[in-house]
Amino acid sequence: MSIKETGDKGKRSEHLEKGEEFLEMFRKGQEFTQDLLKENERLRFQVVHLEEEMKKRLETPDSAQANSLSQDMVEKLAQYEMRLEDLKSKLTEVEAENIDFAQRYIDVEEQNNNLANLYVASFQLHSTLEYKEVLQIILEIIINLIGGEAFAIYLLDEKTKTLNPEASEGVLFSEIPHVLLGEGVIGKAVMANESYFNESPSEELKELYEDPLVCIPLTIQDDVIGTIVLFRLLQQKVTFAPVDFELFTLLAGHAATAIFSSRLFTESKRKLSTYQGFLDLLSQ
Amino acid sequence: MASLTFLIIEDSPTMRQLIRFALNRIPGAEVVEASDGVDGLKKLSSNQVDLILSDINMPIMDGLKLVSLVRSNEAYKDVPIVMITTEGAKEDKERAMALGANAYITKPIQSTALLSTVKELLKL
Repeated sequence: MSIKETGDKGKRSEHLEKGEEFLEMFRKGQEFTQDLLKENERLRFQVVHLEEEMKKRLETPDSAQANSLSQDMVEKLAQYEMRLEDLKSKLTEVEAENIDFAQRYIDVEEQNNNLANLYVASFQLHSTLEYKEVLQIILEIIINLIGGEAFAIYLLDEKTKTLNPEASEGVLFSEIPHVLLGEGVIGKAVMANESYFNESPSEELKELYEDPLVCIPLTIQDDVIGTIVLFRLLQQKVTFAPVDFELFTLLAGHAATAIFSSRLFTESKRKLSTYQGFLDLLSQ
Repeated sequence: MASLTFLIIEDSPTMRQLIRFALNRIPGAEVVEASDGVDGLKKLSSNQVDLILSDINMPIMDGLKLVSLVRSNEAYKDVPIVMITTEGAKEDKERAMALGANAYITKPIQSTALLSTVKELLKL
């Protein structure tokens, strides 16, 4: 064997050793890669498992989440909820009270207006002793405070037992019929001394004379001295308000005394001037 | 609140008293009364008036004539005018508004309605 051959053999064995080393390294690398792949697969499975668990927790928050909250937080939450409920009920109470106050304010306002109307009517009725002025004031009250368009004031003639028109508005005075006591709606209302209200009055004025809208006997104590007969209301006055009935009641008594006293006063003034004339004549 | 002067032009003393009653509920309200249009113009010339409340049907000078005279006068042309009347027809209202009235209230008046109209016109 030559030196050259011996050298070649040595090199070959060296190469073989290196090759084996490389193969060993490659095997180890292959094993390591497989281990890594296994670990990766395991971790993936774990991630999927955790994700599913998280999903389940999010879907069912009540018991799971409530359990996860600390006891202190749960108690506080319960307290706040109780306070909220309490505040809600108090708010409801305050709102109901507010509505009640608003309603009361409206009622008081209405009462105030009604009283003002009644005061004005009463004040005006007794502001003069002039008979014609008293009649004029009654007409004004019926127009301005009640909203009457066509109406008449009748006075009773005790001797003839006839109701004679004394003043009117919205109708021709000459057209207003005289009424016998006890005859027709007006005569019967006066005789019975009871107010009459017609729920469905006629459209025609001539028929209204026989069947008027309202008939209010004017009384002093139990004596009837006349009546106010309302034939028609103003077109914008659709229905009677509660204050209108109060005004009718006021008119029944106060208008009667105002008419009666002013008539007495006017007559006595006339008589006084006549007597004064006689006295002056005698003393001359 | 600064004082406000109201001029009521109305031939019915009952109505004047009722309107005065309603207006007295406005703090600092002063009320001047006139019995017809001519009297109203006289009172208007001698008072600084913030708002006029006038009837339409009155003797001597009616409310519509008064409105046209007030509107044609440079000194009072901007004074708000509320017409108060028994006439509920639409044409009457349109006529009054065309002449220069600012608001129209029909009788029988309701104090609350009157006050809200006045407050609205004076922006109270």
